[in-house]
Amino acid sequence: MELINIFIKSAFIENLALSYFLGMCSYLAVSKSVKTAYGLGLAVIFVLGITIPINWLIDHFLLSENGLFGMDLTFLRFILFIAVIASMVQLVEMVVEKVSPALYSALGIFLPLITVNCAILGGSLFMISKELNFSESLVFGLGGGFGWFLAIVAIAAIREKIRYSNVPAPLRGLGIAFIITGFMGMAFMALMGIDPAALMGK
Amino acid sequence: MADSKTKTKLDLKPVFFGKKEKKLLLDPLNDNNPITVQVLGICSALAVTTLATKALTMAIAVTLVVGFSNLLTSLLRKLIPNEVRMIAQLIIIATLVTVVSLTLQAINYPMYKELSVFIGLIITNCIVMGRLEAFAMANDPWTSFLDGIGNGLGYGVILLIIASIRELLGKGALFGFKIFGPGSDFLINTQSFSLLHWYAPNNLMVLFPSAMFVLGVIIWLHRTWNSKLIDAS
Repeated sequence: MELINIFIKSAFIENLALSYFLGMCSYLAVSKSVKTAYGLGLAVIFVLGITIPINWLIDHFLLSENGLFGMDLTFLRFILFIAVIASMVQLVEMVVEKVSPALYSALGIFLPLITVNCAILGGSLFMISKELNFSESLVFGLGGGFGWFLAIVAIAAIREKIRYSNVPAPLRGLGIAFIITGFMGMAFMALMGIDPAALMGK
Repeated sequence: MADSKTKTKLDLKPVFFGKKEKKLLLDPLNDNNPITVQVLGICSALAVTTLATKALTMAIAVTLVVGFSNLLTSLLRKLIPNEVRMIAQLIIIATLVTVVSLTLQAINYPMYKELSVFIGLIITNCIVMGRLEAFAMANDPWTSFLDGIGNGLGYGVILLIIASIRELLGKGALFGFKIFGPGSDFLINTQSFSLLHWYAPNNLMVLFPSAMFVLGVIIWLHRTWNSKLIDAS
């Protein structure tokens, strides 16, 4: 129950892209067509779902005071987290290439981009500040990834349509994309009042 | 200002701040602005701009990180093998960000709490990575440093513009000083200093959507004014 709660919360109510502004660079750069947005969205779900639990393990068993080294090494968090993300992305790329060439050619170009997608590192840092446990952090990763996927596919669909509209020239492209994202954010704000715990009769 | 002729003739006396250096520093402020033109580093730009002081802190932090990571990468560029350059760059950035983050914790802990994850997220700020890839890997340390500082400033200017608009309309204040709207003690002291006390601060301005609208409009105005930036597609 608690886990479903976290999933809904991280996917809709605290959407990484639309309420924390995370991953905006690739969100704007890769949302010109639905197909590529779909590929990047899937890759983000994948990588978030893997790196957040791994970073949880590292933080818990290596860096914390009662971990392997017996001292507070949390100042190494940034370096280790980003190293984990960079190497995991590389590893995922290699595994996907071996196991499923079809998926690889769909995700291929987007995987390296993900290392510098701030939604990934942001997810790990939020996992720390929210003090989640292991299973919660896994669900948080998947939920956050799903929310980001929804956001990028939605904006890509809108941007495909808006190409046929008569937008003022200086506003074309980037400017209008920001304004649409603002409206999407407003729509998602309507979900803020939802309390998953109350819905499930707790 | 020394011209290029003397530069080639006298290698012992390098030009520290010539035309090229000035261009490196000023180009990112307008024609090649990291936020409105290159669309890099948007996440933090929008998240920290609810208050002008937050934006200022973030701008200083990013400028320092970009400048010094450009400098370090440029110094090490001949030693870094091409295959692992991403990880090497990330380690350099992450180290600098740790330094900045610990320094900020020491100087101003409440501000550090307020910026929460966004100080850590300077690591994945695409401006830093982008400048390392595009500039520092191929240029000498001094110009790389200037390029980094220039891009940091270009980022900071936009950050401050967005933050001023949002804080002014959302909180009726600027850098924490009350300008618009009723003062907190307006029931007791009707003479409390405020220019436009009839203005009720609009809370939407400090929420997510308004950040998008403000940046969208800034890009619109920037491109109207500098029409060579207009998107062809």
